Amino acid sequence: MTMTTPKVHRWTRTSIVGVAAFGLVAVVAAVLPFVVELASLYALIDLFILLILAVMWNLLAGYGGMVSIGQQAHIGLGAYGIVVIADILGINPFVAIPLAAVVSALLAIPISFLAFRLAGGYFAVGTWVIAEVLRLVIVQVPGLGGGSGISISSLSGVDRILRIVYTYWAALAVAVIAVIVAVILVRSSRGLALTSVRDDSIAAASSGVRVAYSKRLVFVVAAAGAGAAGALVALSSLRVQPDSVFSVQWAAFMIFMVIIGGVGTLEGPILGAIIFFVLKQIFADFGPLYLILLGVIGVVFALFIRQGAWGLISRRGSVLLFPVGYRLDKPE
Amino acid sequence: MNIVDALLQGILLGGQYALFAAGLSLMFGVMRLVNLAHGDIGVVAAYGALAVVNVFVVSPVFALVVVLPAAALVGYVVQRLLLQRTLAPSPLPSLLVTFGLSIIIQNVLLMTMSADQQRLSLGPLDTAAIRIGDALRIGVFPLGVFLLAAIVLLALSLFTSRTQYGRLIRAVSDDPSTAELSGVDPRRIYAVATAIAFALVAIAGVASGIQTSFSPTSGSLFLIFAFEAVIIGGLGSVWGTLAGGIILGVAQTVGAAFAPAQQVLVGHLVFLLFLAFLPNGLSRKKVRA
Repeated sequence: MTMTTPKVHRWTRTSIVGVAAFGLVAVVAAVLPFVVELASLYALIDLFILLILAVMWNLLAGYGGMVSIGQQAHIGLGAYGIVVIADILGINPFVAIPLAAVVSALLAIPISFLAFRLAGGYFAVGTWVIAEVLRLVIVQVPGLGGGSGISISSLSGVDRILRIVYTYWAALAVAVIAVIVAVILVRSSRGLALTSVRDDSIAAASSGVRVAYSKRLVFVVAAAGAGAAGALVALSSLRVQPDSVFSVQWAAFMIFMVIIGGVGTLEGPILGAIIFFVLKQIFADFGPLYLILLGVIGVVFALFIRQGAWGLISRRGSVLLFPVGYRLDKPE
Repeated sequence: MNIVDALLQGILLGGQYALFAAGLSLMFGVMRLVNLAHGDIGVVAAYGALAVVNVFVVSPVFALVVVLPAAALVGYVVQRLLLQRTLAPSPLPSLLVTFGLSIIIQNVLLMTMSADQQRLSLGPLDTAAIRIGDALRIGVFPLGVFLLAAIVLLALSLFTSRTQYGRLIRAVSDDPSTAELSGVDPRRIYAVATAIAFALVAIAGVASGIQTSFSPTSGSLFLIFAFEAVIIGGLGSVWGTLAGGIILGVAQTVGAAFAPAQQVLVGHLVFLLFLAFLPNGLSRKKVRA
């Protein structure tokens, strides 16, 4: 009898199909501007922004165990960041998107040192206070338009159709990058470390996981994503209003998407963003009634359908669309 | 003299913030649950008091006779039906459910009550003041709220430290499974604690509705002020909470004396200073989250 080392593999049949489908959807989405009308493109920009936010919030809460209701801080930083970088410094607005994300990520480092002093539910409220502080400080700056906000002027010379198409491609690119970053992070040993921190930070620390570093890394990555999303919000609406970009409603939307999609899975937030996008298209005109509906659906999912829509579809994680798990081959 | 006046107003305002904070702190202490709809419950109580005042033409103080038991009952039921299901080592489920409740409450109020600012009135007592010297005036109502806050917090502190039921609450807070072995049903204790917390925030909401004004979305700021008072004061300390409320109140009123209309920002900044340099708050107790 010989000892055989069992083979470990990470790709499954479903994840090969899933990644191929993801690539195909991205390619199809990239050529859409040549086929569909402008209004649809404009709506899809919104979908991509939501998708970025959902994927990033899920990294924070679903893998890092950090329930933030203050990610609008980074949406606002990204939105104002692109105003400063593109309009005031005169850099190309589309080049300014990654730069705005970097600014948001850099500012997330000092913010994390404050926020990480709080845990659990108090961390959530703490992040909200930090977002409020940023809003209240930024409205003091006359050069940024104060309380009424500021318009982005560096795109005013560009043809409207081209502007929307470029913004669409930029949003698509950021969304694809966000998903890829999330997959790589979760697939890596750092992702495993994060999950262990989420489930039991003391046990993780005693197994040699650098708890604070791991959490800070994901906090900064999520801040970069939200910052890029904020820059896209600014580019698509051409105007940055402090009460809108720093609104806690963003947090509500992020939480809603991740919860109904499935928290702690990579596929869930993508599905959640699509479900939310459809609901928004149909019901957004109903105002408060629409938000009540979202609240009720969110509470029902949080109480009774913890695994989310993706959890229902994937039969509790047996179907993976991304190659992140470990599978052990049966010895022959 | 202006600063002395601001200081005095801030201290009195701190009583109100401590009232808001006490319930939040109690629920966290007993269940490790942060109720994100905490401020909204206070707003609902204020609207409830407004309805009682309009229907029965009584003073808001008498409206409390109806609103307080109602709030406690709602708290009991909400805990048993909703919050109990969310209690887990992870804070995620309870935060999701209470954040959802907050959104539902705010938007139901927006639909049914309009977005206008509302106010409860005590008549001439609203503006009555005690004069001290030439420049100092102490509002009778803010002084009353401060004394009420001190009495309520003292009662809460005595209740948890001296009574049999308070001992049960502390036992369940420390170790629910061991308490259960001794024949205590933690779920009942949790529900009673939630009922007390809702009643406390109802008092705070009505008091705030008399002192300033409120609207369907005021709850968010109430929650944030309560949270800041709790963290400044230090988790798990009733008197720390009062001190935290006072520091927040003073920061806001003194801040407003230097930078008008910036009182909320100054309060936030003082909170962040405490977070940076005194993260365990004034009471310095380290509490597991």
